[in-house]
Amino acid sequence: MTAGRLISAGDTAWMLAATALVLLMTPALGLFYAGLVRSKNTLNTFMMSIAALAVATITWALVGYSLAFDGTGSLTGGLGNALLKGVAFSPRAGTHIPQLVFFAFQAAFCIVTVALVSGAVVERMRFVPMLVFSALWSVCVYAVLAHWAFGGGWLQANGTLDFAGGVPVEMGSGFSALAAALVVGARKDYGRQALLPHNAVYVLLGAGLLWFGWFGFNGGSGFSAGRSSVLAFTNTLLAPACTLFVWFLLDLIRERRVTAIGAATAIIVGCVGITPAGGYISPAWAMALGAVAALPSYAIIVWRPRTRVDETLDVLAAHGTAGLVGIVFLGFVAQASWNGVSDGFVYGNAHQLAWQAIAALAGPAYAFAATFLLLRLIALFTPLRASEHEEALGMDVVQHGEEAYATGEGAILLSAETLGEAPLPVTSA
Amino acid sequence: MKLVTAIVRPEKVNDVLEALYRAEVRGVSMSRIQGHGGELDRVETYRGTTVKMELAEKVRFEVAVSDDFVQRTIDAFCAGARTGEVGDGKIFVSPLERAIRIRTGETDQGAVTPVKP
Repeated sequence: MTAGRLISAGDTAWMLAATALVLLMTPALGLFYAGLVRSKNTLNTFMMSIAALAVATITWALVGYSLAFDGTGSLTGGLGNALLKGVAFSPRAGTHIPQLVFFAFQAAFCIVTVALVSGAVVERMRFVPMLVFSALWSVCVYAVLAHWAFGGGWLQANGTLDFAGGVPVEMGSGFSALAAALVVGARKDYGRQALLPHNAVYVLLGAGLLWFGWFGFNGGSGFSAGRSSVLAFTNTLLAPACTLFVWFLLDLIRERRVTAIGAATAIIVGCVGITPAGGYISPAWAMALGAVAALPSYAIIVWRPRTRVDETLDVLAAHGTAGLVGIVFLGFVAQASWNGVSDGFVYGNAHQLAWQAIAALAGPAYAFAATFLLLRLIALFTPLRASEHEEALGMDVVQHGEEAYATGEGAILLSAETLGEAPLPVTSA
Repeated sequence: MKLVTAIVRPEKVNDVLEALYRAEVRGVSMSRIQGHGGELDRVETYRGTTVKMELAEKVRFEVAVSDDFVQRTIDAFCAGARTGEVGDGKIFVSPLERAIRIRTGETDQGAVTPVKP
């Protein structure tokens, strides 16, 4: 690979920008999630995403990246790149960008995926066990699935196509979220009281910023400023727009009104749907994929709250399901004339569809089982959930000692000397 | 005719409403207030500023009832709002001089008796 020895300034410039775009998706997700919970849990929910920025970056640098991208072992990579050993300015194999940029770009993927899983357990899971879980999950689940799908592992080696992370990011987070919700259990008032989103504007703004970041996420997954990136970039515009429109229609049919939180959800579903397929299918098929992806996710979002499963922010519906639809849809309509790699079933290549289907079974199965075991393991050492009383007070005050909407009324300033002394009498100042 | 005022934890509001409904108490007002009932103070920190929150979020219910409804109203509030921890709230019963239903002009007993549909 003589051309592979060269660094392309253009490719590198785009990948630096794309990495920053992907990193923005994590606080955007925090905002999206924070709007969907009750006001007393705003900060805790946001902080679970912020925590991923710390935890997953460190684990990724220590071992995650190496396990995902060092060598072409069938199940995991090696430890040759642990602690960024050998990751420097030489080009990443198969690209014209420095390994350091490739590392940072993939790190941002790991971070946002870890943050995604938190949506299943917000409003009741304790923060420190969440940190431990995030660290372990980023290595044991994300890095492994990333290796399978695009680090040279068995799925990729057998021809599974996954452009920007349908297996590790979307199905990985979605089916892990289901397992996490089952292990941690439902919120105490789930199914008894209406637990409503407290700020729909956060939700819409968060979804908008996620879509913006997704142009880097999909548009950067060609690791170049070349054809596949350009195709994925434009498909990231087309598919979510179609999902959004179909969601409007579904809302109109069901409730005779178009909902704002439904619209925000649709944007995510559309972006997720096109993620695995972005650089492999034609723009026209991308629009069809966007429209098709709306249906199963919508159905699950309507059905899931009627069950006892408190998968609180519907990560399974938005990410797991739409990711699965994208992975399989791609098996039908991939077009070598657009992607230069492989045709799908519709264009006469049944083998492609078979390996897309295998990925759609193996990815979720591993994510679900591994997450289930990890959380059970952590629960042996420390309780995963806050007490009922703490849950009632709200996780912001209990876990962080802060409120999102503090007024300062009744707040008495404590100096270093008075801290820890008996409470002052309640008198007017 | 009495005015029953109950101050309860915000997280028990739904339980209280349910208990009042079961007790067939209709006609309730509620408002969000801040108060202090001797519970432990919360300490919060914002950057370098550490504060003790003397006031906690509470919810105040006000129900005007006829005399023979007073006890069941009180029982409903206790059933709905009690957790056993300090800070569950208080119930105050005070005499009510007059009551008028604006729609019909009914007064006193008639005004605080729920309309049978």
